[in-house]
Amino acid sequence: MSGLDDLLDEGGPGPNTPEFTVSEISGALKRVIEGEFGRVRVRGEVGRVFAARSGHLYFDIKDERNVLASVAWKGQVAGLAARPEEGMEVIATGRLTTFGSQSKYQLTVDDLRPAGVGALMAMLEKRKRQLEAEGLFDAARKKPLPFLPKVIGVVTSPSGAVIRDILHRLADRFPRKVLVWPVAVQGQASAPQVARAIEGFNALTPDGAIPRPDLIIVARGGGSIEDLWGFNEEIVARAAAASDIPLISAVGHETDTTLIDYVSDHRAPTPSAAAERAVPVRLDLLAWTDGQGARLARAAAQAIALRDQRLRDLGRALPRPQSLTGQARQRLDHAEMRLPAALKGTVAARRSRLAEAAAVLRPQTLSRQLAGTARQLAALETRLQPALGRGVAMRRERLAQWQVRLAGGLRRGLAARSGSFTPLAKRLVPSLAERRLRVGQDRLETLSRRLSRIGMSRLEERRARLAALDRLRETLGYRATLRRGYAVVRADGALVTRRAEAEGAKGLEIEFADGRLQIGTPRRKSTPKSPPPEQGSLL
Amino acid sequence: MTDTPVSEMSFEDAMAELERVVGTLESGDASLDDSIRLYERGAELRKRCADELRRAEEKVAAITLDEQGQPKGVQPLDPA
Repeated sequence: MSGLDDLLDEGGPGPNTPEFTVSEISGALKRVIEGEFGRVRVRGEVGRVFAARSGHLYFDIKDERNVLASVAWKGQVAGLAARPEEGMEVIATGRLTTFGSQSKYQLTVDDLRPAGVGALMAMLEKRKRQLEAEGLFDAARKKPLPFLPKVIGVVTSPSGAVIRDILHRLADRFPRKVLVWPVAVQGQASAPQVARAIEGFNALTPDGAIPRPDLIIVARGGGSIEDLWGFNEEIVARAAAASDIPLISAVGHETDTTLIDYVSDHRAPTPSAAAERAVPVRLDLLAWTDGQGARLARAAAQAIALRDQRLRDLGRALPRPQSLTGQARQRLDHAEMRLPAALKGTVAARRSRLAEAAAVLRPQTLSRQLAGTARQLAALETRLQPALGRGVAMRRERLAQWQVRLAGGLRRGLAARSGSFTPLAKRLVPSLAERRLRVGQDRLETLSRRLSRIGMSRLEERRARLAALDRLRETLGYRATLRRGYAVVRADGALVTRRAEAEGAKGLEIEFADGRLQIGTPRRKSTPKSPPPEQGSLL
Repeated sequence: MTDTPVSEMSFEDAMAELERVVGTLESGDASLDDSIRLYERGAELRKRCADELRRAEEKVAAITLDEQGQPKGVQPLDPA
């Protein structure tokens, strides 16, 4: 019997204990644990948390002595009521299982929620701090609520007291269009639906089939903190903060404050209060409007009345027209009264001056002046005669003096010129003149001879032409006709061509070729030197 | 006082403007011409406000959602 035999189990008969492989025992363990525990709820504090890149979430749940490894698979994380945070007291629900490759057991968590109000509040505080740090609670972010919204969007349960209260209060104050976006107001589905509703209202277009509200009310009635928890969720708070439409939150009772209340533009303590804040009271406004209308009319009337009064006052202060012209009028009247008298006075004055002037103007006065002037004239005349004589004698004497001086001057001038003439006369030689005379005489004779020659021949020519012309005249004249037997009858020296003229004549003269014959009373031919008629009147 | 046409003003702006107009008119500082203009504008604003107030009507509807949670229409709501 060696010790070796004890060490080796060689298939010999041994203790009746079954033998497992590691995997077999691991698998057996898994079956036992999963079968024995199934779904369990475990309460503890969250320890270390590790979010893997794969999306799985690993964390520890611990108490004073032990640690339970926990995991939430990627698909389960979204369904957790609360995200595990270190130090959070939680109640985790899931299946207990093993992880054989590391000889571990662990809880696969499909639900995790804070354990008790204290834990919830602690978690809420943590979220609040984070959102506040992001500035979502800033007063500057808060949008003013419209004075009178046209369409009010209400995010709440479509049934129940809350929507009824809101609608009643709106109808009492100022009936408006209300669009209700129905949501679950508690439970797991609540938060995503509320967030979706807020986003959905914002996504509506103003002109769309569904009118876009210009005010949103998110409301829920009172309840436990767990009931209201959906409104503490981050997605709800972020949706409310992102809303472009002004938002009133009214969740729970006055003492309940949820996360959405911090980011909403106005926090109403109750749904009814939200409705009151949403719209003014119509009747008040009507009264106000009427009041404004009355004030308007009164003020306008007042404006006119005031001016009317001022106009009257000014009108009174204005002097009357009569008083402005009165004085001038009086002066005019006065002048008018004095005018005829003044005119008469002026005429009288002028007339008297005329009479004075006319009185002086008489014929005696004139003839007296005339006589005086004649006397003056006579006196001047008597003085004129001797003065004239004196003047003539004086001028005659001066003339004689001039004569004497002139004769002397002439003689002297003549002698001077005769002196200058003598040398010139000596230069005047007759032979030169004689020679020129001879040449001139010769030329004259030559020219005279030529002249008489030409003159003779021209004279003959003209004489012959004259004789021819005379003959022509004789033949053309009536005397040649007389020789052919015609006669010219004259009476009283005029030619008689008609019998009537011959009968009326006292005597006729007939001219024949050889002379004239008188018939009837011989008419003495008037001599060329008949006496002029003027001599008769002279006798 | 602005020159915005009254028909283009919101109810609230119309109210504020009406209040301003009345105040200006009551102060008596405006000239007579301005007073008349103010009165006319005030009357117009008052009518605008009163009309809006009288036109008030209640209409309540609930939004209906399709499968994707998108709004597809409205239906009457009776929150009895």
